[in-house]
This record gives sequence, C-alpha cells and structure tokens, in this order.
Amino acid sequence: MEKIEDKNRQQEEEQVVNPWEVSAKEGGKIDYDKLIDKFGCQRLDQSFVDRVQRLTCRPPHVFLRRGIFFAHRDFNDILDAYERGEKFYLYTGRGPSSEALHLGHLIPFMFTKYLQDAFKVPLVIQLTDDEKCMWKNLSVEESQRLARENAKDIIACGFDISKTFIFSDFDYVGGAFYKNMVKVAKCVTYNKVVGIFGFTGEDHIGKVSFPPVQAVPSFPSSFPHLFSGKDNLRCLIPCAIDQDPYFRMTRDVAPRIGYHKPALIESLFFPALQGETGKMSASDPNSAIYVTDSAKDIKHKVNKHAFTGGQESIEKHRQYGANLEVDIPIKYLNFFLEDDAELEHIKKEYGAGRMLTGEVKKRLTEVLTELVERHRRARAAVTDEMVDAFMAVRPLPNMFD
Amino acid sequence: MGYSKDQLLALLKELQIKFSQYEHPVVLTVEAQAKYVGNTGGVLSKNLFMKDKKHRYYVVSALADTKVDLKVLSQRLGLGKGGLRMAPEEALGEILQVPLGCVTPFAVVNESARHVSLLLDQEFKSQECCIFHPLSNDMSISLNTQGLDKFLKSIGRNPSYIDLEANPSVGKDQPPDLAAFVPSDSPVLSVLPEKAPSSQDSTGKSVGAATNSAAVTAKAVKPSGNAQNVKEKPVDSVQPSIPAADAGKFVEELLDRASALLLSEISEDSIKQHDGQLGVEVANNIKKCVREDLKNLATIFKNTAYTEGFYAGTRYQPKRL
Repeated sequence: MEKIEDKNRQQEEEQVVNPWEVSAKEGGKIDYDKLIDKFGCQRLDQSFVDRVQRLTCRPPHVFLRRGIFFAHRDFNDILDAYERGEKFYLYTGRGPSSEALHLGHLIPFMFTKYLQDAFKVPLVIQLTDDEKCMWKNLSVEESQRLARENAKDIIACGFDISKTFIFSDFDYVGGAFYKNMVKVAKCVTYNKVVGIFGFTGEDHIGKVSFPPVQAVPSFPSSFPHLFSGKDNLRCLIPCAIDQDPYFRMTRDVAPRIGYHKPALIESLFFPALQGETGKMSASDPNSAIYVTDSAKDIKHKVNKHAFTGGQESIEKHRQYGANLEVDIPIKYLNFFLEDDAELEHIKKEYGAGRMLTGEVKKRLTEVLTELVERHRRARAAVTDEMVDAFMAVRPLPNMFD
Repeated sequence: MGYSKDQLLALLKELQIKFSQYEHPVVLTVEAQAKYVGNTGGVLSKNLFMKDKKHRYYVVSALADTKVDLKVLSQRLGLGKGGLRMAPEEALGEILQVPLGCVTPFAVVNESARHVSLLLDQEFKSQECCIFHPLSNDMSISLNTQGLDKFLKSIGRNPSYIDLEANPSVGKDQPPDLAAFVPSDSPVLSVLPEKAPSSQDSTGKSVGAATNSAAVTAKAVKPSGNAQNVKEKPVDSVQPSIPAADAGKFVEELLDRASALLLSEISEDSIKQHDGQLGVEVANNIKKCVREDLKNLATIFKNTAYTEGFYAGTRYQPKRL
C-alpha cells in the first residue's frame, strides 16, 4: 500500500485503485476507461446484457441495464459454457471490518442474488475475518464476531440456503482449501506479490501470505463437500473493480496448477453522499445510507448531505437545468430505481430544469426507505441458528435446481 | 408480563441465593435509598439505563461512588464520543419493565430485556454485599456477587465485570475494549411497537414455537465449530424469529399484499380507462409489482424452514438397532 502511494506521488496525475485504497485524481472522478485499460479487463456491452436476458428468460437486473456492472473477464466463456448446458458457481465475499453496513456494501450481494436466481447456480461467500484481523488490527474474537454479524445482513439480501455456503476464513481454512492455498502460494514470488499489492519490508508476513486465501475459493476443489468430482466447474466472481488485483494473480496461477481461470464481472464504485470526490467512510455516518438508518435518518441525509447538481436559484435552475454529471440523487436513482421509464423521465425533466432538486430528493428518499425497510424486515428474520445453518459444512444436493 | 418483585424473590430463594431484604417507602434516588439502607453494611449501587443511536440498550450498574464517565464509556464501546445517552422513560417500562428510579441488574430477567447489555462494576466483587432494587422501589436487597452471578447464569447470562473508571485510549490501532458488550441484535420489531405493524409483528413472540421450544432445550449448547463468539455475549440461542416458517401466516402476508395492490389498482379512473380489459390489466400489474417482493418472502420462509430442519437434524438421535 505504501509502495503504491509512493508511485502515486511520483506520478501525481494517477488515480489509485487497489483493494485497500480508492482515490481519483485530484478533485476528479474515477476514470473507468483508464482503469479498464490499465487492468486489462473488458467492457461489458449491451450485447452481453441481451444475451443474459435470452439465456435466463427474464429481464436483466437493473445493475446490468444501467451499466453498474460494467467490466468483465471471460464472462463470455461462462455464457458459452452455460449455453452448452455446463453450469458454474458463484463466488463473492466481504471483509467484515465493521458492523455498520451501508448500501454500497450491499450492491455486490444484490447482484449476486440475482445471478443465483437467474442462472440457478450455487454460491460460496467468503468472510475474510482473518484479513480484517490483520489489516485493521482487530482481535481474533472481534473479527469473528463481526463476520457473523455481517453474515446476517448478507443473508437478508435473500440468498437461497439450499444453494449457498457462507464461510469465515478462521473457521474454514484447512484441509483441501489449505492445500490449494499452498499450491497457489508456490506460484507467486515475493517480488510479484509486492508488485501487485504494494507490500513493503515493514509489512508483517501475515499480510504478505494473505492473497492465496482470497484466491482459492475460485477453485471448486477447495470445497470438497460441495463440488467433489466436479473439478471442471467454472467460477464467476461478481465484485467491485478494486478487487481485480487478487483475481489477476489468481488467473495467472490457475492454468499452472491445472484449474480453469475464474471469470469476473465487476462493478463501479458506489459514490458517497457528498459526491464522487468524497470518500465514504465508516467514521462519517453522513457519507452513506446505512441499513440500520430509520426513515427519518434517510430523509435527513438525502436532504441535508446529498451533493446535488441543481442550480443555486430556482430561476437559474429553470433556465440551465441540473448538472446530471455530478448530481448524487440521480446517481443513486440510477442504482436503485427499477423503472427505466420513470428514471428517463426524471433525468429529462431535471436536466431541462423543469423538475426541481427537491422532487428528485423526495423520490430518492422513497426508493431508499423502501429498500432499507425491506432489508430490515428480512434481517429481523435471520436467527443465529440460520447463520449456523448457512455456515455449516454440509452438502447442497439441490444446488443446480 | 414482566416479573414482579415477589416472583424475583421466589426465584432467588429457589436458587438458594443468600440475600437480605429491606422494605422501605418508595425511593427514586440513591440518596433517598441511603437514608433507609445506608447502614446495613452493604454497599449502594447506582444503575443507569442507557441507549445508543442504533437503539441498543445498556444497563450500567456500579458502586454509588464509582465515577462513570459516559463519554469514555461510549468510546470504549465503539460508539464514538456522544454515542450513549439516557434511555427514554418509555423504554424503562417497555424493555426493563420496571418503574422510574428502579433500574437494576435484575431487570434482565425479563424476556423484553434479552438484548440489553449488562455492564457490571468490577468493584462489586471486592464488597461483602451490594444493594439493588428487586424490580420495585419499595424494597432493597443486599447480596454478594456470587449470588448475583448465580442468578445471572441461571437466566442464561454470562456475568462480566469491568473496570468502569478505566480510560484506555481508543484509536486506529487500539480498538474499543468494550466493543463486545454492544448487543449484536437490534430489538426485534415485535418488542418495541414501531411503525405500521404487518400481520406478522403482532404475534411475533408467540408463534415460531417450533424454533423456540427446540432452542430452549438446548439453550446452553451452541453448535460447536462455529460458535467462537466473544465470551461476554449473553449465551442465548432463543431468538424470537418472525414466524416465516408458519405456512398460515406466510400465506396471509402474501394475500394481504396482493389484495392491497388489487384494491389500489381498481379505481374509478382505471375502470374508465380499461373497461372490459381491467381484469387483465390489473392482473399484469399485480404480477409485475409484487413478484420480487413475494419471492423474497418465499425465500425467507424457505430459509427458516430449512434452518429448523437443520437444527433438528444436528440433534437427531439415530434409531437404536
């Protein structure tokens, strides 16, 4: 991390995107085209969205339609195989660093749930409690506790227990999983891992040896209780684009140890309430909408803290219209308003100055409140026993049904 | 529904916990209480009922003389500097089920207080006897910490004592040392009457009996392997689950949503607009609007039923051959 920051200082114009830091060029937005170029992944264009619709016989998820999930690696291979009747499994995860989850955290899970339902495939969810214990200096017990708490919010996103295995590293690493970790570790030199993740001589060895832990869930043999005999099963990883470095490393190693490369489907970053240039941070509760926020909190945050592209006065606004490029309510609606026609209408009217910021904010508040309410109700139905069941090492006989 | 003073005293006697009891006129403050029981040899306690911004509740019970700095406590719990404040009066009645001026560690015997975190002053341990209200302000009871511990363990709580006067620094590399005391579950909707109760909330506690009774018999035994929770968390696997595993309630919820939507779809305008086609139009709209919602409900139902089965399966006794 320090290494990348050094590089950053040398080339001050560069944006920084890695698993531990995301920042745009001074005062600007993240340049996703540059990112795709730099990382070497592919754009997810409309033809993919149409193909997904054809294959799954249902409308594509709002995140696909709006280009929220916008980049991929080998997604076409997954779809080709699927068309031939070959299934795949999904792999996603969360680093449980805090109890408070905000909407940005839910995005990969909401999309993964859709993928599970649409393609009827199983899912493994990794909770990297060991990573947070190391990077955030939490105690082992605390990181395990947070992992279980976060598991409840994840379950509340609506995953099917008969097709989903949730595991925490502290509980699960060992056996076949560990064997794969060692196989991966043998293929990545110290220099390579420093180059990818920016470790320095001051970083402890826990950090340096962590990457294989996040890599091996991409290989079906890591889960003998689920995929025994299915060594050929492909893996699709929905994640935010800052996780790409882990999987670039994994894809590099996979063929050398005789496994398929995992495919990726990657999302944009969820903007902070204060705008694209702001950072969402756990210590500033007003930078994001949390799943525990009340309707009153949401209304207050949207009204008082959301950065808008509206003009300073009503007259100016009617004349020039809103700046949709920077307007946070519009961006959030882009993520969460299901109805394409309604969104188009709002964008048109607001951009032309006929609709005022207040109206847009009001609609956003409704949409977010409904979302958070639904999540809260689902969360209330998640018991400790349910978490135990999701996390139990058990076969999933109906995982492809 | 809350425990009465007499029920509590009976419980203590049943557990053979030694205590002395003193009746006196109703008192609302420690000073007033001191007038009546200050000379009995036991040490008086002060008890605070607090809540944080995420509606989680805490009972802080300390020696009357211990200095409790709420700002420090709030930070040590990981709630930030101003995270803790006094709980509102209504919460006293709803959650602790005790009257004003009667906060006491014994209040956690009530179901409604299951998620309340109990923080006990370690100074209690060095005292011969400590004085608390037994759920009523017109009496004080005096007992030692072994007795208090025995009582708490009997209701499934793990008594933990902390140094309330300590002021450790909390920062990036020193995580809040009392973070484990923050209740992990926010109060379930059925306990605190919040917004418009759906058809499930009002009977939240009584139904879901299958889950509860199965859990009660194995209350102290958590499935091994996963349960590496922090020791301080009260051992309780009895959770009031929203009765999604009840097929009847589940269907009622589905019908409620569908019919609510149906009623909203049929209005004078829509009748004029669609005339004969109104049926088809409404049917399509209902399907569109409610499909995802109902699927989510169904998934919750499925997950809950699976969990019940899984739980039973892990405690199944194979047939004797």
